[in-house]
Amino acid sequence: MASVSIDNPMTRGKQEKRSKPSRLAPNYWPFVLPALIVIAAVIVFPWVFTLWMSVNSWTLGQPRVFAGFANYVRLAQDARFWESLWHTATYTVLSVILPLFLGTLAALVFDAKFPLRGFLRGVFVMPMMATPVAVALVWTMMYHPQLGVLNYLLSLVGLGPQEWIYNQSTVIPSLVLVETWQWTPLVMLIVLGGLAAVPREPYESAEIDGANAWQKFRYLTMPMIAPFLMIAVIIRSIDAVKSFDIIYAMTQGGPGTASETINIYLYNTAFAYYDIGYGSAMAVVFFVIIVALSFVLLMVRQRANWSDVENR
Amino acid sequence: MTTSILKPTRRQFLAASAAIGGTALIGGRPASAAVDWKRFAGTTLDVNLVKSPRSEIILKHLSEFEELTGIKVNAEATPEQQQRQKTVIELSTGRPSFDVVHLSYHVQKRQFEKGGWLADISGFMKDPSLTDPSLVEGDFAEAGLLFAKDSDGTMRSLPFSVDYWIVYWNRELFEKHGLSYPTSFDELVAAAEKITDPSSNTYGFVARGLKNANTPVWTSLMLGYGATPISADGKVQATSKEAVEAAKLYQRLMTKAAPPGVSGFNWAEAQSAFLQGRIGMWFDGVGFAPPIEDPQKSRVVGKVGYGVIPKGPAAQAAGTFGDGIGVVEASTKKEAGYLFCQWVISHDMGARLLQAGAGVPYRQSILEDAKVREGVKMPGEWLDAVVASGKVSRLALPVIIPVTEFRDIYGVALTNMIGGADPEAELKNATAQFEPVLARSEG
Repeated sequence: MASVSIDNPMTRGKQEKRSKPSRLAPNYWPFVLPALIVIAAVIVFPWVFTLWMSVNSWTLGQPRVFAGFANYVRLAQDARFWESLWHTATYTVLSVILPLFLGTLAALVFDAKFPLRGFLRGVFVMPMMATPVAVALVWTMMYHPQLGVLNYLLSLVGLGPQEWIYNQSTVIPSLVLVETWQWTPLVMLIVLGGLAAVPREPYESAEIDGANAWQKFRYLTMPMIAPFLMIAVIIRSIDAVKSFDIIYAMTQGGPGTASETINIYLYNTAFAYYDIGYGSAMAVVFFVIIVALSFVLLMVRQRANWSDVENR
Repeated sequence: MTTSILKPTRRQFLAASAAIGGTALIGGRPASAAVDWKRFAGTTLDVNLVKSPRSEIILKHLSEFEELTGIKVNAEATPEQQQRQKTVIELSTGRPSFDVVHLSYHVQKRQFEKGGWLADISGFMKDPSLTDPSLVEGDFAEAGLLFAKDSDGTMRSLPFSVDYWIVYWNRELFEKHGLSYPTSFDELVAAAEKITDPSSNTYGFVARGLKNANTPVWTSLMLGYGATPISADGKVQATSKEAVEAAKLYQRLMTKAAPPGVSGFNWAEAQSAFLQGRIGMWFDGVGFAPPIEDPQKSRVVGKVGYGVIPKGPAAQAAGTFGDGIGVVEASTKKEAGYLFCQWVISHDMGARLLQAGAGVPYRQSILEDAKVREGVKMPGEWLDAVVASGKVSRLALPVIIPVTEFRDIYGVALTNMIGGADPEAELKNATAQFEPVLARSEG
């Protein structure tokens, strides 16, 4: 049988490319080079420089001296650093969990149909649009023990005044409250997007099987919006762990060091004490922590995707 | 018709009056015949200022300097914290973007000195073509010279504005309790505790409790015990008997007579509380006075007394802070920069500073000038407190490089004391943390 060959221009091009890779490959470099230069200048160089600074002892105005790992050893022995690490962890966990819970709840409410839903959704997302520093200034006044409106409201319901951000034991929960107020709408929007994509058929089947509202939420809604919740967790975690503006504007890490997160301590070390070497070491360690956290979150998300595929 | 100087015509008299008035308007005293103000006409100066009521006065009248000298000035004013960071980072590169810098002496003096960042202006001060005859070292308050000179006595900047810590006291609350202004630390504590009544949200005393900001409160009180946190030879003595006593006094005032939440108060919160009329005494810098007498902002207008800090067990000493203005060593326009600095601290500019209540000049000739005093908008008692504080002035913060670390570390200890921690133990702990920092900085 005679064979018929078709000269396909698409496959011809691929064959030529495969047979002569060395002639074409170098021609790509001019296209890649600008991006490489930008990445090298904006990302690689600052990191290499930070790494280099972290192994030097350098305070602005004084000579720089190579110090090896002395800054890292100092960091390991620095109680204030470990304390700031703990504050960062506490602040991050609370600032993820609370908006996640309240945002999911708000999404379920706004997913239902009721009058003025669109308007109320708009009102609900407004805190997210405000500048963090402006938010911080408003809340600082609201938290003022003598002049703040919050203590006045507490007095109306017979509760005694609180010291809010002015007390070492209540400062972190008070800051988390601000963070929650501002970022719950973001979680709400993400989850609301997830709810919009949920099919109706499983719910109809569940209703025929006699499932109650909680069972429908637990066994249908939750699994179906889990990928969206995961995205919300990742975004909130990254946001909360690097939070600086609200904390700095409201407490500067105080009272004492009660709300000093790594970011605040790092900033003070580098730009208030001008200890650039030690601040760089802190930045490197903080970077490693963030990379590790991102890795864990991505793994969890990946696993959620795999289990999703298997379930299908 | 013949005329003479002794018998001028009406036209000549008016012309002469206008000339004298005009000269006064553009800063009569600096424009002395000997100083060649136009020598650097055409030069452009870059000036870096701290954003504050003091720099606002400079910026407001900048055109006068430009007219007087023909020098163009590009002035930038940024908030204190950011300005300190910006200037230090730029100066450490060796190529700052400015010729003249405004510095906070109580934080930056030693750092600038060790960095060699300011030009030596001793020679300029002796040059009659550059310096007005009225500008002599002897005219500056002692604290100003201590701040402006290097350890070897070289003049590196010109003292601009001094800040003494005084006690603002609410006369109404004092009268209500039959009290008079305290003359000793013991009386101060007694008055503060007597006025305090949490049920009516009234408290006898307020001062800074926020970490870092609170350290000068403690060091200022310590001066009354005749001590300083660091000795003249650089040894930390923050655990001395006097330092501990001052810390105990701070703790007592802030826990027994101050409003709740004071551990988070900086000067702004303390000021807000005092302006509401429910605080007996507020201990802070003299420069925070203007809002007190502003009916738009204050409920205590006309009810406030201004007192020099009462006598401590060993001494009466007003904690002193301040800022100066200098020419940077890297500048290629040092003489022009010096003329600008000289104009900033001139008699007329100092008078404006004082009269607006924006600051207090270091120059005694300005403070003693009866005409200047007449124009001061603040009550006479405020000015009296300023002058009296000048007589018992002592530097309240140590002249070291790591002033910020010093303030932070001891500030945390003081905040912990407000929370109930033991002063002696806290000071020991803070000293253990601070000593290596100090050793590293001077090493």
